[in-house]
Amino acid sequence: MRVALFVPCYVDQLRPEVGLAALDVLEACGIEADFPEGQTCCGQPFLTAGETARARALAGRFIDVFEGFDTIVSLSGSCAATVARQFPLLAPGSRGDEVAGRTREFCDFLADHALAGDGEPDTPWGAFPHRVGLHSSCHALRELGLGTPSESRAPARPDPARRLLESVADLELVALERSDECCGFGGIFALEEEAVSCRMGLDRLEDHRRARAELIASTDISCLLHLAGVAEKNAFDFRTLHVAEVLAAALPERDAREAHGVSDGPR
Amino acid sequence: MGHVDRAREFVADASRTSWHDEALWFVRAKRDQAADDVPDWESLRTHAGRIKRHALSRLPELWKQFEQNAQDAGAKVHWARDAEEHNEIVADLLRDRGIRRVVKSKSMLTEECGLNERLEADGVEVVDTDLGERIVQLRREPPSHIVMPAIHLRRDEVGDLFAKEMGSPPGLDDPGELTDVARRDLRPRFLAAEAGLTGVNFAVAETGGFVVVTNEGNADLGTALPMLHIASVGLEKIIPRQRDLAPFLRLLARSATGQAITTYTSHFRGPRRPAPGADDERAPELHVVIVDNGRSHLLGRPAFREALACIRCGACLNTCPVYRRSGGHSYGSTIPGPIGSVLEPSRDPVAHAELPRACSLCGSCSEVCPVRIPLHHQLLAWRGELVAAGHRPMLQHYALEVVGRLFAHPATYRGLGALARTLARLVPKTALTRVLPAWTRGRDLPPIPPKSFRALYRERARRRASRTDRREERASGSSHGNEDAMR
Repeated sequence: MRVALFVPCYVDQLRPEVGLAALDVLEACGIEADFPEGQTCCGQPFLTAGETARARALAGRFIDVFEGFDTIVSLSGSCAATVARQFPLLAPGSRGDEVAGRTREFCDFLADHALAGDGEPDTPWGAFPHRVGLHSSCHALRELGLGTPSESRAPARPDPARRLLESVADLELVALERSDECCGFGGIFALEEEAVSCRMGLDRLEDHRRARAELIASTDISCLLHLAGVAEKNAFDFRTLHVAEVLAAALPERDAREAHGVSDGPR
Repeated sequence: MGHVDRAREFVADASRTSWHDEALWFVRAKRDQAADDVPDWESLRTHAGRIKRHALSRLPELWKQFEQNAQDAGAKVHWARDAEEHNEIVADLLRDRGIRRVVKSKSMLTEECGLNERLEADGVEVVDTDLGERIVQLRREPPSHIVMPAIHLRRDEVGDLFAKEMGSPPGLDDPGELTDVARRDLRPRFLAAEAGLTGVNFAVAETGGFVVVTNEGNADLGTALPMLHIASVGLEKIIPRQRDLAPFLRLLARSATGQAITTYTSHFRGPRRPAPGADDERAPELHVVIVDNGRSHLLGRPAFREALACIRCGACLNTCPVYRRSGGHSYGSTIPGPIGSVLEPSRDPVAHAELPRACSLCGSCSEVCPVRIPLHHQLLAWRGELVAAGHRPMLQHYALEVVGRLFAHPATYRGLGALARTLARLVPKTALTRVLPAWTRGRDLPPIPPKSFRALYRERARRRASRTDRREERASGSSHGNEDAMR
């Protein structure tokens, strides 16, 4: 199986350690992932800004770059949702459907490999003794169907990010009052509707604070960059980590950590 | 001033934003509980959505059937191409009968048509009888929510208004007392009304009848006394059969307010019968005005057609994290929130080009919608349509043009990414804040890492390659290359 890692542009430029953590976790589970260097952006920022032609061009580029890989593992639920839900509408013929079928959100993919089987999962990670608030990504949840939205009365669907965190020893997942309310990032929305966006972020942070979370974990760094920015501005003391970073931090021997000089991640 | 600025103003009052958010979230939570009480809620949504989509696919037949059956039952049916025609029809009916005083139960369609203003210009006194509608009418402002028109007001603000307009003692803020004041003020107006105006929740083709739901009984009282009842109905409100009402009535109140059913579900078919023993000169009349006002245009657009399935429950407003924190008036449209942002650009793309962007695309609206309108996908589709038609924020054009080219060329992207990060690390934070105010007004910038992932990935790959080389050297140089060396 040839696995490619898709690293969103903002992770590449602003939170590179998330990509390294993902590689280490995958490797610990026996999966070697390639990083095709021709990759840039899935096109979502253009799509949500209404720039459909640009989005279409980037969808085409994404499909070309990831040609030949069996699975494309996306380090973002939101980008994976763009591929899964929008590429079929953007790309000509069946190319969009085809790539959509091969693209998985990181936790979704990992849970299949690390938590498969009955009884005690045989996971490579050890303990992570912290109270963690899981920030639910709207697009992982409602577009990809990873988990059951609070609005839905359909039979429950498993949330791979939650299942992975639950598999970590001594990690305590806190209960939020609003388990899946949007943080207010929303791509171009965060800039255009900056006032409402920041208020939404603040409300999410208050919820995590009331639940006494020490750190916020998510499948989506875009949400977390926004939340971390609002937290910093309002003197909240939260670390924000991708689920991959939490798992990597719980790996018993992570030589990558000293090798890259990456600590527990930025606050 | 658009949504962005009005929303900024709303959010600036942090405590008002908090209670507005919490009040609506409370309704959303009640809706969740009410949905729990219905076995197979999700199938019910699917079923109702299918009935609506079916009806929308054969509007002409259904309305003709309705017209015939309504006429057979003694009602008069009028067709209005747009708001103006609708208002003229209503104004003519009143003028011909010399009517000066009317009561109106809640109707978003008459809000959309601006009926009150039109009738007032004729010297007709229009009294909105729904309590929330009455409050916003007295404040001379539009409703801020389609089901709870005065949800943006606190009780004490209503008390102040009633003290001023109805002469109640100042300082009232008890809901029971306030309702009592309104009730006493409204009762003589009901009694004096010469016509009752209502909207329509569902028109039934097979009977020629229609249903109006209220919690206050004001539609019943407003139509039971006067000799004239005028019902205004949007072109999308038709359903084929009486039995099709059931799924909608089960969904509507639960979705709207979390009630199992509204207090009143009033069925009308033909004019009411004269009161026993009454010897009025005129017989009671019922007029139904069917209004298009842009609906058939929307019907002709496959990407947005399904929005016409809307039953105006307001659930998408209640769940919308943006609506809850920016208030209904921030949208500057008759219908606020997700469904309004889908419907309004069709009517006036220039005035409402901004609305589909007043949304974080979280998708919660589509999940609560009782008829499964893919609201957030329609909002996304609108953005593409409007930008293609030239309604594009000015900055976006240049900014995204540049970034778009970057992403098309990985080498340039890599180089400029590194350059930008280096600059961002060198330039003082305060300067950056000035360059990126849309990000930094409410957020700090993230720490800028010295290297990108792709740079670190290359280093990692090199390191692994050299490590493997060393191991291979060691393994081949050793006479008893054990397994440990391969680890």
